[in-house]
Amino acid sequence: MASADELTFHEFEEATNLLADTPDAATTSRSDQLTPQGHVAVAVGSGGSYGAEDEVEEESDKAALLQEQQQQQQPGFWTFSYYQSFFDVDTSQVLDRIKGSLLPRPGHNFVRHHLRNRPDLYGPFWICATLAFVLAVTGNLTLVLAQRRDPSIHYSPQFHKVTVAGISIYCYAWLVPLALWGFLRWRKGVQERMGPYTFLETVCIYGYSLFVFIPMVLWLIPVPWLQWLFGALALGLSAAGLVFTLWPVVREDTRLVATVLLSVVVLLHALLAMGCKLYFFQSLPPENVAPPPQITSLPSNIALSPTLPQSLAPS
Amino acid sequence: MAEAEESPGDPGTASPRPLFAGLSDISISQDIPVEGEITIPMRSRIREFDSSTLNESVRNTIMRDLKAVGKKFMHVLYPRKSNTLLRDWDLWGPLILCVTLALMLQRDSADSEKDGGPQFAEVFVIVRFGAVTITLNSKLLGGNISFFQSLCVLGYCILPLTVAMLICRLVLLADPGPVNFMVRLFVVIVMFAWSIVASTAFLADSQPPNRRALAVYPVFLFYFVISWMILTFTPQ
Repeated sequence: MASADELTFHEFEEATNLLADTPDAATTSRSDQLTPQGHVAVAVGSGGSYGAEDEVEEESDKAALLQEQQQQQQPGFWTFSYYQSFFDVDTSQVLDRIKGSLLPRPGHNFVRHHLRNRPDLYGPFWICATLAFVLAVTGNLTLVLAQRRDPSIHYSPQFHKVTVAGISIYCYAWLVPLALWGFLRWRKGVQERMGPYTFLETVCIYGYSLFVFIPMVLWLIPVPWLQWLFGALALGLSAAGLVFTLWPVVREDTRLVATVLLSVVVLLHALLAMGCKLYFFQSLPPENVAPPPQITSLPSNIALSPTLPQSLAPS
Repeated sequence: MAEAEESPGDPGTASPRPLFAGLSDISISQDIPVEGEITIPMRSRIREFDSSTLNESVRNTIMRDLKAVGKKFMHVLYPRKSNTLLRDWDLWGPLILCVTLALMLQRDSADSEKDGGPQFAEVFVIVRFGAVTITLNSKLLGGNISFFQSLCVLGYCILPLTVAMLICRLVLLADPGPVNFMVRLFVVIVMFAWSIVASTAFLADSQPPNRRALAVYPVFLFYFVISWMILTFTPQ
């Protein structure tokens, strides 16, 4: 009986020693779980003889588990599952994101509302691929239709347009978001405002905003004012989407930087649209000196687009 | 000490000797022969098979591979949900088809460099890298088909389009005109649909149902691009 008393007294001492040695361990864990009951919890912990020891052990177990979970959630970028996490979308989600980019609304942030902080790479990649091939195919079709109207035009399948389209679309959709993301991060470092979008979210914004150019197969209709109408509509929709998405990030910045940034974004987008229209939908082949009357209303300002080959001479 | 002659399991003795005391003294190597023959009936047959592929004539080897390729062609032309294409995948068929298609699609060297159809390398690269990209896409979306199986299926399903290319080239020998174009358009559309149906029959089951459209759309784009190249082919 004396030994039993001594044993209990020893355990109590050990518990208090443990608590004294590791005051942070017991108190913080308890305060995290039961917020207002800090001191009561400590008393409970010290009262029970094995309570404190078990809590310390549990905590280290929990800490180890949390670390493991964190490590599991972020595999290295050299593993396949890292990239698989960017393709974790369903058909309905992709369609929903496309619809969100087609119909931008002022208060509706594309990133927060549609992406919900889960950007994917499927959309941007395949929208760019589709757009590149659609541009090349419709460019070819323009030449075919022009040849039907004027048999003197020499038709040949211009395969180099596929290469040009692919390179220019992919460069635009991946390098411009890179520059934008870098700029926003630099401004964030200067201003320390709300967090800018991650690189993938920026790529998503640009990728999905290019979707509106895919139905521009309608540019085949050889009515000039209709072509300009469609072009302005497409440009307006996608530029509006970009601006509405970027506005919350940029509005805390100074006025000058915000307006300059947004106007540069819109200008680049407009350049892309104009370049595509002029290069791929131009029905004036280089060998034809006397263009037929329907096509002269197209603007001949070819120097605007840097992607044109050297052989095209302004008519 | 008396020898422990009694058997270990003998319960009759009342002596306080521990059980199994004498077991270590028993040696069985002289008493019970532990040798014999263990024959596996399949073993000799496997050896025969191994040596037969080494010693067979070259004609047999080539004919075996060609027959496998031909059997898969039949599977593509009459697509049913069978697993043969997936199980015994090989990449000979896709290579033959891709090279044939690229050879037929390439433009003459007399053309200028800018205008004209694709070069051999362009077609080859589009077909091969397109197949690899689609396979990567389907694996990244969580499909449970292996890399080479998917390449095999995509490559073999170009067969209808290669047949369309042959027919187009024959049709182009006639007079050019709208009828010519309509016939070619019809043939290419039919073969395009056949390719899509064939490849979807093999590939669609490997994806979870809510992502099937996401995995099939790139296949559609791939065969569409090849069909467009076939349709716009103009001999010089």
